This record gives sequence, C-alpha cells and structure tokens, in this order.
Amino acid sequence: MNFEPNEKGYWGEFGGRFVPETLVSALEELTQAYFSFRDDAGFRGEYEALLREFSGRPTPLFYARRLSEELGGAKIYLKREDLNHTGAHKINNCIGQILLAQRMGKRRIIAETGAGQHGVATATVCALFGMECVVYMGSEDMRRQELNVFRMRLLGAEVRAVNTGSRTLKDAINEALRDWVTNVRTTHYLLGSVLGPHPYPLMVRDFQSVIGREAKRQILEKEARLPDYLIACVGGGSNAMGLFYEFLKDEKVKMIGVEAGGKGNQLGEHASRFMNGGRIGILQGTKSYVLQDERGQIATTHSVSAGLDYASIGPEHAFLHDVKRVEYVSVTDSEALHAFSFLSKVEGIIPALESAHAVAYAMKIAPKLTRDQIIVVNLSGRGDKDIATYREFSGI
Amino acid sequence: MTESRIERAFNLLRGSGQKGFIPFITAGDPNLESTLELLLMLAEEGATVIELGIPFSDPMADGVVIQRASDRALRNFFHLEDVFRIVSNFRRRAETPLIFFSYLNPIFQYGFERFCKEAKLSGADGILITDLIPEESDDFISVARKSGLDVIFLAAPTSSDERLKMIAKRSSGFIYAVSRTGVTGMSKNLSQEVKDLVLRIKKLSSLPVAVGFGVSNREQIEDIWQFADAAVVGSAIVKRIEDIGSDSRLVEGVRDFVRGLLRNKR
Ligand SMILES: Cc1ncc(COP(=O)(O)O)c(C=O)c1O
Repeated sequence: MNFEPNEKGYWGEFGGRFVPETLVSALEELTQAYFSFRDDAGFRGEYEALLREFSGRPTPLFYARRLSEELGGAKIYLKREDLNHTGAHKINNCIGQILLAQRMGKRRIIAETGAGQHGVATATVCALFGMECVVYMGSEDMRRQELNVFRMRLLGAEVRAVNTGSRTLKDAINEALRDWVTNVRTTHYLLGSVLGPHPYPLMVRDFQSVIGREAKRQILEKEARLPDYLIACVGGGSNAMGLFYEFLKDEKVKMIGVEAGGKGNQLGEHASRFMNGGRIGILQGTKSYVLQDERGQIATTHSVSAGLDYASIGPEHAFLHDVKRVEYVSVTDSEALHAFSFLSKVEGIIPALESAHAVAYAMKIAPKLTRDQIIVVNLSGRGDKDIATYREFSGI
Repeated sequence: MTESRIERAFNLLRGSGQKGFIPFITAGDPNLESTLELLLMLAEEGATVIELGIPFSDPMADGVVIQRASDRALRNFFHLEDVFRIVSNFRRRAETPLIFFSYLNPIFQYGFERFCKEAKLSGADGILITDLIPEESDDFISVARKSGLDVIFLAAPTSSDERLKMIAKRSSGFIYAVSRTGVTGMSKNLSQEVKDLVLRIKKLSSLPVAVGFGVSNREQIEDIWQFADAAVVGSAIVKRIEDIGSDSRLVEGVRDFVRGLLRNKR
C-alpha cells in the first residue's frame, strides 16, 4: 500500500488546500522550500545537530518494568518524548520549521497552541534564532495551562488571548490564520500538528518521524524484534504520525490512535472524531473527519486535556482509519486522570494529560496480552503543566 | 447561452457608463425576517449585485465585525432551506442579482448537487466560497455550471499572474479582487496595491472586477470606481446592522447609511 500523499497533498480523499486565495502564494513558497531542503545535506545536518544538541535526542525507549508487572501482561516500553527540551515532542517539528523560515527569509513567527507545549517549543526556537514570536491561545486554555503561558512570556514571546468560540485550540488556529492572511509576506505560520493545508500535514509528519526511526532502532537493539502494538494519543495527530510512520509498512505491527473520549458520547462532550458526530468535512484548510452538526457548523469539543480538545484530525489519520491500517479508540477524562496518577506512582514519570490517554489505553489492553508481547507507548510529553488540572479534578 | 442576471447587470452598467455597488449582509443577522427586508431595501437603493453571507462557526477569513454577525445569526438556529426560502421571497419582488458568500463546509455537508439545484431554484445567481481555490474546485464548478450558477473566485494581491489566469478562466459573472492582504473589516485607507491587482486582472480577463475587503466609506468607493467596475461594502454595513440591532428602525437606519455611501452620482 502507498502511504504517501499525491502532489496536491491528498491521502485518498483527505487533505488538500482549502484556504483563502491570499495564502496560496505563501503555501506554494513553503512547499517549494520544503521539497528543496528536505533532502539537502546542509539542512538535514543542521536539523539533526539541533535535535541532538539542543533538544537532547535521541530520547530513550524505556522499559516500564513496574507498570508491566502491575498489569500482568505485555511488556510496555515508553518512548520518552517527555525528555525532549521543553518537555514534549513538539520541538522536533519546531526545529525543522524554524530552519525553513530562516531560509525563506521570514523573521516573524506565529503559532497556535492548545496545551501550550507547541507554543513553548515555538517560543523556544524563536529565542534561539532571535526571531519575533506571537502565539495565539484560547483564553480557556490559558487558564488551564497557565504555567506554559508564563514560560512563553519568559522566552520572549507575545501570547495573544483568543476569546472567540469555545476559546480553545480551534479558535486559536482561526486567529493565527487571520494573522497570517494579514502579514503573509513577512510571517511564517509555524503550525504545530499534522493539520492545515498542504504541505503542513506532510511536512510536520516528516519532522516528527524521527520518533519512529529511533524507536524502531531501539526496540530492535533491546528485543531483536518489532513491537506488537504502538499506542499514541491523537489530538491533531503529530506525535502519533511521528511514531507510526516508520512502521506503516511493517504489517505485523498493530497501531492504535487514542482520541479524547471526554465526559460522554454526546456531541460537545468529547473530541473523538471517529465517534458519533464525526463526518467528513473541511475545517481550517484540510479535508478530514470533523465533529460537526447536521448543518456543517463545527461542534464544540471537550477534553480534560487541552492538546486533544480539537474538532478535526490530521488527514493522514483519516486515511489510515478508512483503510484500517490504524485502529482508533477513545479514552475518557477519568480514565486518563487515573493513568496520570498511576504512571506517576509506579514509574516515577508524570505524563502529560494528552500522553496519559495513550497510557490509559495501554493499561486496558496489556493485561489481555501475553508476557512475550510488546507494546510501545508514545509518552509525548511531561505532565508538570497539568498538575493544577489534576488537582481540580481529584481534590488532592 | 443566455445572459445571466449578473452579466446583464454589469452590461447595463457599462452601457450607461456607471459603476457598481455590491453590499454584503449576513443571512439571519439579526434574524431571517429582517434579512428579507434588508435585501429588498438594498435592491431599492440600486445595488448592482447583493452578497448574502451564509453564517459559519469558524469564519477564518473574516474580521471581528462579520465574525460577530455570524455568531448572532447562528444563535437563531436555522437551516439552509430557510435561507433559500428568504431568497425565493426576495426574488418574487426584485430582479437584483444575488450571490451567496460562504465557507465550504456547510455547502459540502448539504451536498453540492442539492445546494446548487436549490440555490438556483430559489433565484440565487452565483456563489463565492471563501476557502475554495480554483485548484480544488473541479467538482464544485461542474455541478454549479450545470445548475446555471455563476462561480466567483477571489483574486488577491499575492496572486501571481499565473494564478490570476487560472482564476479568470474558472470565474464567471465577475472576479472579486481582495483589496489587501487581510481579513474582511473596515479600514481608513485603500491600499495602493489593489489598483495594481485590478489592472493585472484586466489584462487577463474581460470579466467585470469588483473590489472588496476594508471598503467602508464614500471616498474609498469613488477611488475604486476609477479603476474597477464595482465596490463591495461588507463590514461597514454589517456594523450598522449590529449598532441598530433588532429594532423597528433597522431597515431605514441601514438605508440612510447606504444612501450616504452613494450620495455622489455614480
Ligand atoms: C504532550 C502532548 N501530546 C500530544 C499533543 C497532541 O498533539 P498531536 O496529536 O499533534 O501530537 C499535545 C498537544 O498540545 C501535547 O502537548
């Protein structure tokens, strides 16, 4: 099976470029820059050096012995993306895009952020390269991820509160797009997930695919075989694509994307795009599964985790869902919160609430598997930012 | 092929040496009944074409004024069928061409065939989809053409001549030139780059060219009339609607504003 998009950025019927005309020239410029540099030795060398020396890669593949024993089934490995500089996988993509922005001569960077991890990573690479940085963030997300707001400001970024819609990630993307339409000649939009118009879903996936390349090499070193399952949480889908991509052609490796089940099955109570309410549609530049009402108005979403609280999903995931290469499941707020504290206690690792969704699903299936089976969970980020949310829900 | 209502309107203007005025309002703002009355008033005041916005939850190409209008409209929960009903009522009483201005998703969900058929049946003449660029429009254009709807594309100051050619080739009715890089809204000054854009389009196409985004007063309209065929006024009118709100004086208040915009003979 072919897992590459066509030249217009379509995986099957998903993807494409649905934007106002004003942005097309910038997207064409970006596409051209991306394709001319992606195999350029100088560019790759710089990208890899920064991943190594600035972000601390490769991240370890850690055998979670106590977690595995507690659950009494499969062996669970954690891909420690939380150990990246800034505390999540988001920096992998930011390093790639800032190098492109520099080559395109753009000095002003804008970004959206939900959990604040992408905003922090963007602010960080902007500080490193001395570029102007504006981050759009829903005011509800600013409240629940307050620590990251301070971090971005400390790093020299301007954080602009977005008070429209549900005041979360989707609204921040709208506002970032409006800024980009206005300042398109001088500004690079550093989009943080495998979303948006072509070439973003492809480019962000490529910049994140280092996760899977490392994980494959590491598991072969440790176990001399490929894992049985890969599990990752899916907001827009960048950490999941980053892990999955290298394994797509290894048919025996099963892959599971975990969406936010929120607090119920009704539209508005969750962010599971493959559940009720999710139908094919067009949102923010790309065609994919979208949570919407029968009129095509985009639905509000809910998740305890800001990074998963989004009405659409990357187009490559929509494709992998339809061709059944990846299975998509959902995990509720309370299951994720439980996994958040459980992993903290048995392994001494506090996961991001986003990543806790992946851990929660691993906890569900591991006991049903045998001791010689292997699960790799993408621990996409660390949970320091989520302590306040956890307190709110659990009363510790 | 017979002349479309939009073509006829622009041909009439050209024949009489006049320039066009294209007002924009959002359907359902502040409510659907007022929308019908506002449409009829705009026709009476001599609009060349009227743009009727279909509200969308995520209007990424719109500034705050039209965003708020969308929000107000969406609070009065209604369906596209209700909008078509308003348009058929309008069409029974006025001949002014009407085009829909929409984002793609509501139309995609309704179904392209069904949308185009019912839009045409209601008496609408064309459609502009903000987030649909020519490269992505094959499916939609073939359906729209079959139903006899004109499809209007945006041209931007950042569009290359090559893109303008493609835009011109796919457009019918007129071409909508975006006055500046930016979202809809009001602005004090017209950008310098828009004239250049219109002249570039005129070299490539004989279609009429309308200029919009940020056009909010009479001076700007008159400037645009120097080099383009029509001026589009959106946010400035919608702002009047917002200021007056659901009130018996709404239609007359907006009428006064429109008359103020057009006071000098075109
Ligand atoms: C730690 C972490 N994991 C996952 C996500 C979800 O994004 P994606 O699905 O693109 O990996 C986020 C987003 O903010 C995040 O911060």
